[in-house]
Amino acid sequence: MRLPVLFLLFLTLTACNEAATERPASEIARHVAGGDPEIGRRILNDRDYGCGACHAIPGVRHARGSVGPPLHGMAVRGYVAGRLPNYPENLVNWIYDPQRIDPQSAMPNTGISREEATHVAAYLYTLQELPR
Amino acid sequence: MSRPGGRRVLALALPLLLAGCSGIQSALDPRGPQADAIATLAWVLFIGAALIFVAVMAMAVAGFIWPDQLSRVNPRRFMVGGGVVFTSSVLVVLTVYSTWVGSRVSDASDVNIIGAGTRIQPDEDRLVIEAVGYMWWWEFRYLGTPHGDVVLANEVHIPVGRPVEFRLKAADVIHSFWIPSLHGKRDMIPGHNNLIVMQAEKPGLLRGQCAEFCGDQHTLMSFFVMAHEPEEFEDWLAAQARPAREPDTPELQRGAEVFLEQGCGACHVVRGLSDGPLQAVGQLGPDLTHVGSRLSLGAGAMPNGVGPLGGWIANAQGIKPGNRMPNFDRLPSEDLTAVARYLESLK
Repeated sequence: MRLPVLFLLFLTLTACNEAATERPASEIARHVAGGDPEIGRRILNDRDYGCGACHAIPGVRHARGSVGPPLHGMAVRGYVAGRLPNYPENLVNWIYDPQRIDPQSAMPNTGISREEATHVAAYLYTLQELPR
Repeated sequence: MSRPGGRRVLALALPLLLAGCSGIQSALDPRGPQADAIATLAWVLFIGAALIFVAVMAMAVAGFIWPDQLSRVNPRRFMVGGGVVFTSSVLVVLTVYSTWVGSRVSDASDVNIIGAGTRIQPDEDRLVIEAVGYMWWWEFRYLGTPHGDVVLANEVHIPVGRPVEFRLKAADVIHSFWIPSLHGKRDMIPGHNNLIVMQAEKPGLLRGQCAEFCGDQHTLMSFFVMAHEPEEFEDWLAAQARPAREPDTPELQRGAEVFLEQGCGACHVVRGLSDGPLQAVGQLGPDLTHVGSRLSLGAGAMPNGVGPLGGWIANAQGIKPGNRMPNFDRLPSEDLTAVARYLESLK
């Protein structure tokens, strides 16, 4: 009698722990070879490439743009730019030179290096939550 | 989402607070003679006040520890000495000192003038720049340079070791012109011209900020100040006086066309862009002739670059709500990137 109640209680409590449903950021980020999410976040925060002028990016100061799509949940999205399957290599290529992939895209080649694009992609893959 | 703990926030905030004491926008990091005198005055006041505070606290504590010995002090003498003589002599010395500092930093410059051009002493050596405050950006006009008038926005370049006279005006409401590393604040008042003269002692990047609340985007009304060695400054000035760079690729040409077709020239100047029916001669917004060479966009809202330029054109109201520039968010995407590339090319 007592044991099932305790077990139920335990189950109920685990639902309170949001983190239990998330994969750790580092595990996801590992999929981007050579990408460091923390460096990526810093690049976005420094705003040198102006990503936040067009995109809303969770966890990045001043990134509230409404020109391009919001980047919430990049880790769980199906496609990048509506045309590339959302694999790390594709995301890095897109950030590095969007105009080569889609010359009609409004997203310009910002002059970001491939290495920086890799870090930025790593950070974007830590974003798993879609807007509620 | 994890949230940083209180201690981590404190650890982050502390260096930020201390960082405010140095760097490109600090009155405690003076780069010119006027700011130097003001900073010294601030330190004298701060250290003096700290000493007096510590002395008072020490006497209060001593009163608890040695009540018997201290009860032998004559109360009347203590009141008159500490409360009247000490206080008034300190205040007299400070008043004289701060008045002297005030008159010294304003020397050669502090002429409030009613109406344009009156009572300004001509001074061969001064660089004269008209600074106009708008909601919410700055215009800088270099008057009477050997290259003709030079106009730019949200960024001002000055030579080191030479007095710079800023003639301060406001286009709409009261703003206040403040470069903390060079001088104190001075208001920009509609219909009234103010004057302030300052000098930078060494080259480097500084930052100024509007210091009088002037509406929604008052905080995003800042500007960069670059102090150059004199020869470098002359080269910069000559480059700024030249007309805009010709668009020399199909994309840049398209960008220039879009700029004119969209009517950007109704608010912005791009010197030399066109002699056709569409021109860029508007006066409502910043002069964009060399916008690609500037450090920031939107008066400090963002760093410059093709990405921020595109975002600003399409979403200026999202980035800086209430500013005078409408969103151009119905442009075909190729046109948006072309016009951003074109503006970026205007170095």
